[in-house]
Amino acid sequence: MTKNVRKRRIKNLLALSLCSLCALFGLTILGWILFDVAVEGWKALSPKLFLKDPAPPGVMGGGGLKSAFLGQGLMTLTAAVMGIPIGILGGTFLAEYGRNLKVSAIVANLSDLAASTPSIVIGAFVHALLVAPFGGFSGWAGSVALAIIIIPLVLRTTDETLRLVPWNLREAALSLGASYHQVIWSIIYRSSLSGLLTGVVLALARAAGETAPLLFTSFNNNSFNWSLSSPTASLTVSIYQYAASPYESWIKLAWAAALVVTVLNLGLNLTARLFLKSRKY
Amino acid sequence: MTSSKYKNLIFLLLTALASLVIVVVVILIAITLIKESYPALVRYGPLKFLFSRQWDYSKEIYGALRPLAGTVLSSFLALAAAWPLSIGAAIFLTELCPRRIKSVVASGLELLAAIPSVIYGLWGLMVMAPFLEKYVQPAIEFVLGDLPIIGSFFQSRSAGGVNLFSASCVLSLMILPFITSLAREAFDKTPPELKESAQALGATKWETVYDVVIPNSRSALAGAVVMALGRALGETMAVAYLIGNRHASLDSIFSPYATITSVMANEFNEAEGIRMSTLFALALVLMLSNSVILIISKRLIAGRRIA
Repeated sequence: MTKNVRKRRIKNLLALSLCSLCALFGLTILGWILFDVAVEGWKALSPKLFLKDPAPPGVMGGGGLKSAFLGQGLMTLTAAVMGIPIGILGGTFLAEYGRNLKVSAIVANLSDLAASTPSIVIGAFVHALLVAPFGGFSGWAGSVALAIIIIPLVLRTTDETLRLVPWNLREAALSLGASYHQVIWSIIYRSSLSGLLTGVVLALARAAGETAPLLFTSFNNNSFNWSLSSPTASLTVSIYQYAASPYESWIKLAWAAALVVTVLNLGLNLTARLFLKSRKY
Repeated sequence: MTSSKYKNLIFLLLTALASLVIVVVVILIAITLIKESYPALVRYGPLKFLFSRQWDYSKEIYGALRPLAGTVLSSFLALAAAWPLSIGAAIFLTELCPRRIKSVVASGLELLAAIPSVIYGLWGLMVMAPFLEKYVQPAIEFVLGDLPIIGSFFQSRSAGGVNLFSASCVLSLMILPFITSLAREAFDKTPPELKESAQALGATKWETVYDVVIPNSRSALAGAVVMALGRALGETMAVAYLIGNRHASLDSIFSPYATITSVMANEFNEAEGIRMSTLFALALVLMLSNSVILIISKRLIAGRRIA
């Protein structure tokens, strides 16, 4: 073996080992974060977390986050009810009726712009639109902010998923005398169901983990209520506020909430992965 | 037959209306940001606003220069740390990783992007910042702190680990999985014939990657990095925790500073009048830079020329 070849082999080995270390670094960070969240969160986890409202910092035990669980659930659900149908129908227009229209390309680009808008800007926007004119923070405003995050994500995944369905499937159904909306409902949606679900679940995961859009819209609330017309507590905003506090009992609550949010989020992401695997096209 | 035609028409209209919603939202965002920031922009003048260092609550004079500088600095520091790591990880995934563990490693790296940013903030504040302050900060200070002229930028001046350096570190972790997956997509698109011809000529695996795969996906890689920059600029919760939101000139990377998003997160809910308008003006700056970055990165990823 000449000297040159050996030099190249050593260089090859070194460079490729560095690349492997990079991947290992990423996995280590993931493990480190998950480990800390699991350990610290587990220490603070108790039935009280789900059954009680936050107590003042001096009070023993520190209370729980009942209102935050309810608020987060209600707002995410409301946002989903508003955002998912709009996203799916809009994506259907881009992929089906408007497939070859120039307008569709513009809408798709604007949707990408909306999806990449910093979420704190969306929070400020909804604040100006729904909080300031109506005299205060509300769960409704929070839901709208989350819906604005959901819509472009669902819209684009729907668009991309429906485009993957082979064109002759539509032609076959149309030639049997079905009208286009029947083709969409009973052929296209059905055959791309798992793709659509992937997009929906991923969008829900994004929305459930957002903090910045809620900070200026639903804010926080220490008392339990079912109404979305008053300020509404959420897990993510609670984490943000409690972690920055000097009280140990509140910091413990923040870790517990972090564990719940992380498990929920990773769970949704893994579910989306399963849907993606069972995709037909 | 006709009822079916009507139904089809109704469904067509419904989908068209639904796709208009996002258009309306984007237009409303633009109008709202301009309208709300108008008082501040008129009072200071746009250029004076952008280049003023003042942030004076008593005189009610607010300038964008420091938060803007903080946003740009933290994002670029994060990017500088993240891009080599991400591209390395992407090379590992496309070229080296044994097939058996590939999906595990890839999913792991993608899950890193699924962790909500407030969790990064909490972990960064409680775990990473103390770690950096104890081990990394002294090391950097030891190596770079005594250099002439630039040395003072690497000396620690405040305790607690809440500073520009920590914020950039957590940002770089957050954009790492993002660049990795975009780079991986780009690498996967390299035609196998190209790689095979390099290898047939006797190139080592690294030479194939360095001389064939990377040049072939150069434009998409640049697009990935630019897109990650957009992510970093707009990231809020983690940065709001870790940068300290201090309105003072930056004397060291280990000092607290402010970014557009940290100023908004910390001051929005107590702001009124001209201060509120200033915060909207900052949001407008963020939105505009984000739009430009999105356009550039999309063109790069599609392999088109920028201009």
